[in-house]
Amino acid sequence: MSSRGITIDRRRLGLLGAGLAVTSSSLGVLPDLVSPAKAAPAAPETGPIKVGILHSLSGTMAISEAPLKDVMLMLIAAQNVKGGVMGRQLQPVVVDPASNWPLFAEKAKQLISVDKVAAVFGCWTSVSRKSVLPVFEQLNGILLYPVQYEGQECSRNVFYTGAAPNQQAIPAVDYLMNQVGVKRWVLEGTDYVYPRTTNKILEAYLKSKGVGPADLMINYTPFGYSDWQAEVAKIKTFGSAGKKTGVVSTINGDANVPFYKELGNQGIKATDIPVVAFSVGEQELAGIDTKPLLGHLAAWNYFESVDTPLNKEVVAAFKKSVNDDKRVFNDPMEAHYIGFNMWLKAVEKAGATDHDAVIDAMVGVAYPNLSGDFATMMPNHHLTKPVLIGEVQGNGQFNVVWQTPGLVVAQPWSPYLPESKNLIGDWLPPMSCGSYDVVAGKCLGSHKA
Amino acid sequence: MTRIQHGPRKSWRRSLYGPRCVLLAAVLVAVPALADAARAAHDSFANIAASTFDLEAQGVRELAVSGSPRAAAVIDALRDRRLFAWKWPRPDTPLYIRIDTGFVDARTGNPVAAPNRVNLRQVIVNDSVRSAIDTAEGALGLFSSNVATRRKAADAIFQTADAGALPLIERALAKESDAEVGRVLREARAAALLKSNTGSTSERLSAVGEVAARADLSARSLLASLQGQTPQVAAAIGAAVHDIDRRLQLWALAENVYYGLSLGAVLLLAATGLAITFGVMGVINMAHGEMVMIGAYTTFVVQRLITASAPAIDDFGVLVAVPAAFLVAGALGVVIERTLIRFLYGRPLETLLATWGLSLILQQAVRSIFGPTNQDVSSPPWMSGSIALGGLTLTVNRLWIILFAGLVLAALMATLRWGGLGRSIRAVTQNRRMAAAMGIRTPWIDALTFGLGSGIAGMAGVALSQIDNVSPNLGQNYIIDSFLVVVLGGVGNLWGTLFAAMSLGVVDKFVEPFEGAVLAKIVVLAFLILFIQRRPQGLFPLKGRAAEA
Repeated sequence: MSSRGITIDRRRLGLLGAGLAVTSSSLGVLPDLVSPAKAAPAAPETGPIKVGILHSLSGTMAISEAPLKDVMLMLIAAQNVKGGVMGRQLQPVVVDPASNWPLFAEKAKQLISVDKVAAVFGCWTSVSRKSVLPVFEQLNGILLYPVQYEGQECSRNVFYTGAAPNQQAIPAVDYLMNQVGVKRWVLEGTDYVYPRTTNKILEAYLKSKGVGPADLMINYTPFGYSDWQAEVAKIKTFGSAGKKTGVVSTINGDANVPFYKELGNQGIKATDIPVVAFSVGEQELAGIDTKPLLGHLAAWNYFESVDTPLNKEVVAAFKKSVNDDKRVFNDPMEAHYIGFNMWLKAVEKAGATDHDAVIDAMVGVAYPNLSGDFATMMPNHHLTKPVLIGEVQGNGQFNVVWQTPGLVVAQPWSPYLPESKNLIGDWLPPMSCGSYDVVAGKCLGSHKA
Repeated sequence: MTRIQHGPRKSWRRSLYGPRCVLLAAVLVAVPALADAARAAHDSFANIAASTFDLEAQGVRELAVSGSPRAAAVIDALRDRRLFAWKWPRPDTPLYIRIDTGFVDARTGNPVAAPNRVNLRQVIVNDSVRSAIDTAEGALGLFSSNVATRRKAADAIFQTADAGALPLIERALAKESDAEVGRVLREARAAALLKSNTGSTSERLSAVGEVAARADLSARSLLASLQGQTPQVAAAIGAAVHDIDRRLQLWALAENVYYGLSLGAVLLLAATGLAITFGVMGVINMAHGEMVMIGAYTTFVVQRLITASAPAIDDFGVLVAVPAAFLVAGALGVVIERTLIRFLYGRPLETLLATWGLSLILQQAVRSIFGPTNQDVSSPPWMSGSIALGGLTLTVNRLWIILFAGLVLAALMATLRWGGLGRSIRAVTQNRRMAAAMGIRTPWIDALTFGLGSGIAGMAGVALSQIDNVSPNLGQNYIIDSFLVVVLGGVGNLWGTLFAAMSLGVVDKFVEPFEGAVLAKIVVLAFLILFIQRRPQGLFPLKGRAAEA
């Protein structure tokens, strides 16, 4: 692990924090944008700007999250070489929530109220995001969340730089339906919030496309499941009904390899029953035996193999910064790349690191994404994104076989679910609402349906 | 979202497949209606270079049956991504195959001057094209001199047969000498006939019979896909599918037993080591899973070393890893016993906490040394794939693991029964003071016993590296299950461990199809709680004075 490099002198920080608390409380009467209900901890106006990095560096999620910390450190170091932002240097504050969901909330609280960071880049699993959400809303912080997720959320304090379901799941299903001709569907997922919600949306979507209940099978397995024999046999039997069958997999990271291995061992090839996965990326394939996965599909908004000059440059810079040629670059890392640069632009636009000003300035900021085109921060705090379908190659990379003709605008509230079909999120005035019911014409609260 | 976004105008990406290419390809498809075979071959080349997957797949299918001598080379190149087309529309649609020394023309096989790479694009393959390639290779393999190749080709043809393949199958059948391949070919012919909706009713009925005789999933899938049949044929198909379903149900039962046994074997492997450290010695060893994990990492290291130093025996690295893992994990076990466990005998709570802390330390140590990502332990060819046994599909890796689990248990029992160390272990556990009085160095035996249990856990890690991810968390997934097995089986009894592992595995796999994998685990746990309530001593408790002491 290359997590050394940043050492924080806690005592000094604590003193600094205490000093700042005194200063800010004495200056607290300033007529700024802070409403009394949302007491945004004022960040210092001079000295380095602190940026919080809230990714697990130990525990089960370290495999996915630790590389995101490396990307952030690289981006911050590169920006400091360019002179920082507004003439101030950036200072990363790395904490380790250790794959422990309640600890995420604690560390988030520490970052915002003790370290007084200007923004936090962090979280991976939905449960960790749900755990920190109340903290960010209560303390009025800024979280940039880089991972594709299940939607049904739109907080003022979070910028979702990963995909909403309609930017990953729905186009992937469209690809299977229209390009591959799949008529029977297996929705196979790990048993937690992201697969459950995504599958609920997909089920409603498939039904709206005329797929009958007999042609739909939904299965859940526990975290880290490795004994796939019976499940795969079930899929095989389901696939023998004479219609082209496809699997939409929301299986989480670690359980994937045994799953594909079992598919290979039972003789199911990608040409018989294709599997499109939403959680298998370059990082998950790094260093594993990819033979059983060849030809299976993954849907993302970015692949390392995308052939653009900007992508090549950023990937090379990353490999150089971690000093390891074998490291890979994946979709959430691109999301952090875009999110970080957008935040820089927003800070410059706002002329301050003040949270309210930056939150307002973020909307409308555009930045080139690595696969060409521009990502734009929409008023619903989500990005416009292209959707790419890639096939697994022998070298652990993906070969893009299809992509959406244009950029897709996120719909955090799924139009296919009855409880959210009338909802939109829009954080620009006059709406300024995370879940606005367009039929009833009223705001249903900040983020809950 | 109707709102207009701020920032730059949304720029629409140019479609991957420009309309011009489609138009050109369409013209090329339309022309050869009255062309001769050579001409058709030419246009299938052009179709392969077309930029829609449908045309590309069609080109592959046409090329395969065109009889062109270049067909095999081009299709191979396409599969291996060595086929290149001109990036811009050109009436003669050149195609190149990249070889080690440069490029050859795909149509003629003659070397050509290396074209500028800027003008070339790799011909991309997706699933629909790949299945066309599989069919094509099947077609080309039908005339191989090797029986196994022909058999594979005939199977592939059966899976994908359509009307276009009929003449090809007839040709192959006329030449075929092997009875088995001939049978598959006749089935393929029947399948092609059924799919093509040609032939008289009696011909189609006998074709249904021929396909139904296979009685497997691919036959069922094929029959179920047939639409718009005459009532007579439809009735025959319905009856055949029903028949296959009934037969498959019986096989599914047997398959479930196999799945259960193989899960049981994994549980047994994981639990055997614990049956020694916890069962015989009474140490609540929470770091047991980490010994398994260390065994798996040893496999990884051994595989690396062998690949680097003796690639010739690469495929048998797993076998070399078995004793290596036993020694590494066993040695570590001895060290742990000497430095930690021995101070805690008779204090179960402290042992639990200390070993749990130890497990965290070991996990993070491995994470720091090898990194948090999974490590690549590859499965040798002799441990991949499956064997068909009647209607059963037995996956080979699980078969080996069942065998391995049995061997490990047998070896352990033999050691305990007849080995010198085994005798000492039994003596010490049965009556420590008497054993000491007889001159047995009991502390040393304790250390060796703990080492033995740890070493067996390490060997389990070798097996698990073949079916699970080699990651620092590997052990955590098995520790709970291991304790369940040992407690259910009766502490201190290896036969109990065997019986408990197998019955837990089978029960789990029988509940799973009805309740799903998540609920299956819960049901098994609930069942265990009830069982332990009724019989806290487990299935096969030790009897006699030693047990009551």
